[in-house]
Amino acid sequence: MIKLKINGKPVEVKEGTTILEAAKQAKVKIPTLCKHEDLEASGGCGLCIVKVKGMPKMPRACTTEVTEGMEITTHDAELVSIRRTVLELIMSNHPKDCLVCARNQDCELQRLCAEFGIREDAFPSIVNRQPHKKDDSTGTITIDTSKCVLCGRCVQVCQKVQNVWALAFLKRGIKTELSPAGEINLQESPCVKCGQCSAHCPVGAIVEHDDTQKVWNALMDEKKYCVVQIAPAVRVAIGEAFGFPLGANLTGKLNAALYELGFKAVFDTNTSADVTIMEEASEFKHRLTNGGTLPLITSCCPAWVDYMEKYHGDIIDNFSSAKSPQEMMGALSKTYYAQKHNIDPKDIFMVSIMPCTAKKYEITRSDDMFSSGYQDIDVSITTRELARMLKQSGVNFKEIEERKGDDILADYSGAGTIFGATGGVMEAALRTAHYLITGKEAASLDFKEVRGLKGIKEAEIDVAGTKVKVAIAHGLANVGEVLSKIKKAKAEGKEPPYHFIEVMACEGGCVAGGGQPYGVTNELRKLRAKGLYDEDASMKVRCSHDNPAVQKIYKEFLGEPLSEKAHKLLHNHYKARASYKK
Amino acid sequence: MSQETTAAAELRAIINKWKDVEGSLVMMLHSVQDKLGYVPRETAMVISKETGIPLAKIYEVLTFYHFFKLNPPAKCQIAVCTGTACYLKGAPELLKEIEKCTGVKEGESSPDGKYSVAGLRCIGCCGLSPVISINGKIHGQVKPSQIKAILAEAEKAEVSHE
Repeated sequence: MIKLKINGKPVEVKEGTTILEAAKQAKVKIPTLCKHEDLEASGGCGLCIVKVKGMPKMPRACTTEVTEGMEITTHDAELVSIRRTVLELIMSNHPKDCLVCARNQDCELQRLCAEFGIREDAFPSIVNRQPHKKDDSTGTITIDTSKCVLCGRCVQVCQKVQNVWALAFLKRGIKTELSPAGEINLQESPCVKCGQCSAHCPVGAIVEHDDTQKVWNALMDEKKYCVVQIAPAVRVAIGEAFGFPLGANLTGKLNAALYELGFKAVFDTNTSADVTIMEEASEFKHRLTNGGTLPLITSCCPAWVDYMEKYHGDIIDNFSSAKSPQEMMGALSKTYYAQKHNIDPKDIFMVSIMPCTAKKYEITRSDDMFSSGYQDIDVSITTRELARMLKQSGVNFKEIEERKGDDILADYSGAGTIFGATGGVMEAALRTAHYLITGKEAASLDFKEVRGLKGIKEAEIDVAGTKVKVAIAHGLANVGEVLSKIKKAKAEGKEPPYHFIEVMACEGGCVAGGGQPYGVTNELRKLRAKGLYDEDASMKVRCSHDNPAVQKIYKEFLGEPLSEKAHKLLHNHYKARASYKK
Repeated sequence: MSQETTAAAELRAIINKWKDVEGSLVMMLHSVQDKLGYVPRETAMVISKETGIPLAKIYEVLTFYHFFKLNPPAKCQIAVCTGTACYLKGAPELLKEIEKCTGVKEGESSPDGKYSVAGLRCIGCCGLSPVISINGKIHGQVKPSQIKAILAEAEKAEVSHE
């Protein structure tokens, strides 16, 4: 332990702690713009400078480690004035069109400028940066480099956390620009649309592609029968935009608010997650007992699917052919629901609310996404977009009385709920796979070893004497290690090291997806996940196969899991793609 | 066809020489730049595939150093010294005149690949200032009125070369 003083108060912290971290532990907040808890410090912005007794320069708190006996001043009149100047310099090269910016009122730079009382353009913009590029080519995230403050968070998250390498800093000095490799747009790059760049951007340089107008237009169109689905992770994050406690599970309020908006039916992606589990667990049982290709790898995450198709086309056979819950609900709404309620599927307008930017890409990913004969999902919007729509709508989200969703397509089990957190899909699948293989429920439905934020989780589950080895990876950079183990075993002709693997592209899973409210930290990931696990624990029906609604859907419509109808509507194909189109 | 095969073999040799040495991306790129006068995108992609170094990383290096070029060198490479002496003796006027004659600004190339114009800092001939160089040939004490003739001469030399 290291003893030091921060603003005169004695503090004790672990060796290797930075001044920034030590201050945080001492409940002192040093302002930062480039440092993000998920990422390595780069020392880029210069806002976190502090004074250290005996040191002639003012070091940056984010990159300086504490030493024994250090005496640090984090705030005084001079530091405040220097920080204000740093902000003024950043502002000298930043557009001032905050009123028409997607990050208006939710921007780290704007907040700092407000806190520091910046009231004028102190420095005229004399640095002519490179011509600004606006890139909306993917239809999922929009890059506007004119707003980039060169903090480097997006580049780091894309390269190091996700191992995608779509974004880079090209050139140098005042000519530095955020760009894919070369004169190409994002859609031609290896981008997997996970949106983590947008979730980590402190300003409006990278934001989700806004599709809210399409939803408003559909709701205005009398010929359309608008239906909507809510993904698991949305319900535990939407409250952040309305001042609810972090991690509050607001399914009932969301149902009510969406009916208020004018949707004719509110479905729950949790329910189709249960259907996904029926299909995927059946597929797993089939492969396990018939010597099929193992490990089986989950395919619910569209960013992961895109990544696999671009970087690991050789493991397509390992992929579950089951569609994601979003797509399954789309297909069911325009077939099962349409038939049951005697509605022409061409009139149904299906909106999905997702924690994810890649879901916007998924809805037209391949011909399989038109399995109902129409585009199964018409529009996919993120949690952030929904928050804006609710605010526009005048719905009093805080006070609104809870409502139940659709009678069948919003009845879910605890297994469907936990889909939104890393390990949740695996746990849900294990509950049902155990039942399908042995005919009995598992002794405990809590598979706690697959929960939590560790980058790679491994577990051995006893299923009637067979040791089922599973692995869970989240954050795409963590997938590489798991996959190389499989590929090595395959090359050496050995037994695969795992039977079943779950992958979610975003760290923490969908609760921290690229379309969720800003400001995610591990603390917040845990709280949002807790909102889901608490609901699961409180439910009577905790297994997908026990969900009466799911049983009804199969009985009335699909037949058996993996039936011909299920294959046509609920499964899909993959193909290897080039990572660069140009 | 056989020429392409030779180029591919040369590239393979460059990659094989360096690929197991850590931190040697820049050496590979140097070799390619030396051979071709620029680093074509296809070549960068082959290097990426063979070494496992992401293309984005390769482009970070390629665009960081001015030495590397992403486009083939122009037929007529014009360099104007903008060092202190040449600058005071009229380099800005020379650049203006060159732009008038070729349509190309400092630091840019013509889309047809005919001209490139670069400013450079002192080539050690301050006594001859202002100095320009065209395809390596030095012209001293240049006046804007001479530019047209110098360019015509350089183009002629280029044609007879071909």
